[in-house]
Amino acid sequence: MRYLTDRKRAEGHGAAHSGTGHHWYMQVSAFGLALIVPTFIVIFGRALGSGYENVIETFSHPIPAIVTGLVLLVGMQHFRRGAQVMIEDYTRKSTRKVLIMCVIVLSYGLTATGLYALGKIALGH
Amino acid sequence: MASPTPRERPLSPHLQIYRPQMTSISSILIRITGNALIVGAFLLVWWLLAAATSEEYFNFVDGVITSWFGDIVMTLSLLGIWYHYLGGLRHLIFDAGRALEVETAEKLGWACIIGSVVLTVLTLLVI
Repeated sequence: MRYLTDRKRAEGHGAAHSGTGHHWYMQVSAFGLALIVPTFIVIFGRALGSGYENVIETFSHPIPAIVTGLVLLVGMQHFRRGAQVMIEDYTRKSTRKVLIMCVIVLSYGLTATGLYALGKIALGH
Repeated sequence: MASPTPRERPLSPHLQIYRPQMTSISSILIRITGNALIVGAFLLVWWLLAAATSEEYFNFVDGVITSWFGDIVMTLSLLGIWYHYLGGLRHLIFDAGRALEVETAEKLGWACIIGSVVLTVLTLLVI
């Protein structure tokens, strides 16, 4: 017999186990990405296939470098949570945990690599 | 009182017993496009890393991404990002408690699908 009320046992343990933090992050990042993704698409689309010199020149400027860095950083955090929800829908137990870990590791790995490359280009070789 | 040992809960998908509708298809497409965009993100990072490494390596990666196969992947990614973009805006509207009537939601679903194609074509013309 545990001397806990039902209320006490339920508190802080909604279906997500973390309240509404996840959903709120998705709303904020969706809004933020909506602001910068169109600009990013044009920057990247124009740079792609335009030659080495031009690409280095493009990302040496602050706006293209900052916008691309932000899209990558926020985009990967948005992806990490979205992919987590998909994994939670289709898998359970250890498979679920391992897959979520892989997605988080992949997201941070891609972010770090992309930011390193952007920094190296933007700040000169 | 809640059972201390939780029972196994059923998993998605329930596609066998669920008739496809505009509302469900437009929602599923958000999930598919969002997760598929990891391919585009991976190519973007590879391309940036190549540009930061050397001209030869960049030319190789740029060549892969602008080959006919790369063009297909990039165009599909563009379509995916625009669909996910419009679908995400639709979700923000839903979250605000608006446009939840079935008829309106279905119209917005079509707007996402047609809008993403239009925006993809426009983008290809601009870049």
